Amino acid sequence: MNNLEFTLLVGLGSFMAGFLGALTGLGGGVVLVPLLALVFKVDIRYAVGASLVSVIATSSGAAVAYLKDGFSNIRIGMFLEVATTVGALFGAFLATKVSTSAIGAVFGIVLIYSGYLSSRTPVDPPPGEQPDPLATRLGMNGVYPSLSGPKSYFVHRVPLGFGLMFGAGGLSGLLGIGSGAVKVLAMDHAMGIPFKVSTTTSNFMIGVTAAASAGVYLSRGYVDPGLAMPVMLGVLAGSLSGARVLARTKTKQLRWVFGAVIVALGVEMIYGAFTGKL
Amino acid sequence: MFTKSDWTDQKIEVIIANLLRAGVTLAAMVVFTGGVIFLMRHGKEPAGYHVFTGEPSNLRNWRGIVHAAFALRARGIIQLGLLMLIATPVARVAFSVFAFVLERDWLYVGVASFVLLVLFYSLLGSAM
Repeated sequence: MNNLEFTLLVGLGSFMAGFLGALTGLGGGVVLVPLLALVFKVDIRYAVGASLVSVIATSSGAAVAYLKDGFSNIRIGMFLEVATTVGALFGAFLATKVSTSAIGAVFGIVLIYSGYLSSRTPVDPPPGEQPDPLATRLGMNGVYPSLSGPKSYFVHRVPLGFGLMFGAGGLSGLLGIGSGAVKVLAMDHAMGIPFKVSTTTSNFMIGVTAAASAGVYLSRGYVDPGLAMPVMLGVLAGSLSGARVLARTKTKQLRWVFGAVIVALGVEMIYGAFTGKL
Repeated sequence: MFTKSDWTDQKIEVIIANLLRAGVTLAAMVVFTGGVIFLMRHGKEPAGYHVFTGEPSNLRNWRGIVHAAFALRARGIIQLGLLMLIATPVARVAFSVFAFVLERDWLYVGVASFVLLVLFYSLLGSAM
């Protein structure tokens, strides 16, 4: 395959990944690395580098679209970014130390878990009783607009959420993904933040988290311009069109199908890791 | 229910979101331009990403990248676009520090500054 053919095919695949990722809310990054590694036989280190860069593009590009919801909480986001950026730095250093099959295996587990999450419908936590005093001191409790007028929410279990965010950042740095699923989970389940606030805040955090590991990837030579170019442009165009279509589609079945694809890719990644194909 | 500081937060978010969009648009245009040149010059060459060799040292740090881009090397131009993309969230955090200063929220000036330091460490410390 020559560069032109490769660029067009990878660009098309990345567009589809970004499109479906935005449509299902699962993010395109998570299928991108398996797509590159398994289908295009790209070395997983190049794949992870290109994916990480495209994660920054989608997160930043979607910020305006999320804005009109007006749900994100910049204090929660900024505070948790302390955990995710340090975690991401740690994960990126780890990625340069461990074998590619170990990365492949961890990736497979994360894929299967994300697929499982996609089969569940998000439920808002019951409206909080007592906020975490730490959350109050950090000014995290907020208000979001709902159908029945502005609704206030309290933030709980800040240390647990902070710890989980360190893990989310680590995975992001190790695997070159946004790990939005883990971020939302930490905010929903551990901290009791309403789903709409946690998804938008998570999108804001993903780009900053990815930027923290991007420097390490760049200096280790993981970011190849010839590969990252079609991946980044494809994912960006795909996710922007996906977000546009989102408003008029029923996504439940699509989520299910995409979830199944993700699980299948996860199994394939683990198989590849154990047979030394990655 | 909405206090004065909520309103300021929202205004800050609008500025930040537009800043991010501008950064991404600009970066994508640079990457696209570099990509076109790359394919015009090297489109017929075989694509090889199966074996990891790592990038040449001049495409691993920002000085080398800027240099290669201004020498109109195709891969250098793409890499410059990617560097601009990586800089976008960093600019966002830098702006947040400034915004928290305006709000006189010193606790969050500290928090945002710490995040900014981590980003600088990653980008300048390792990719100098």
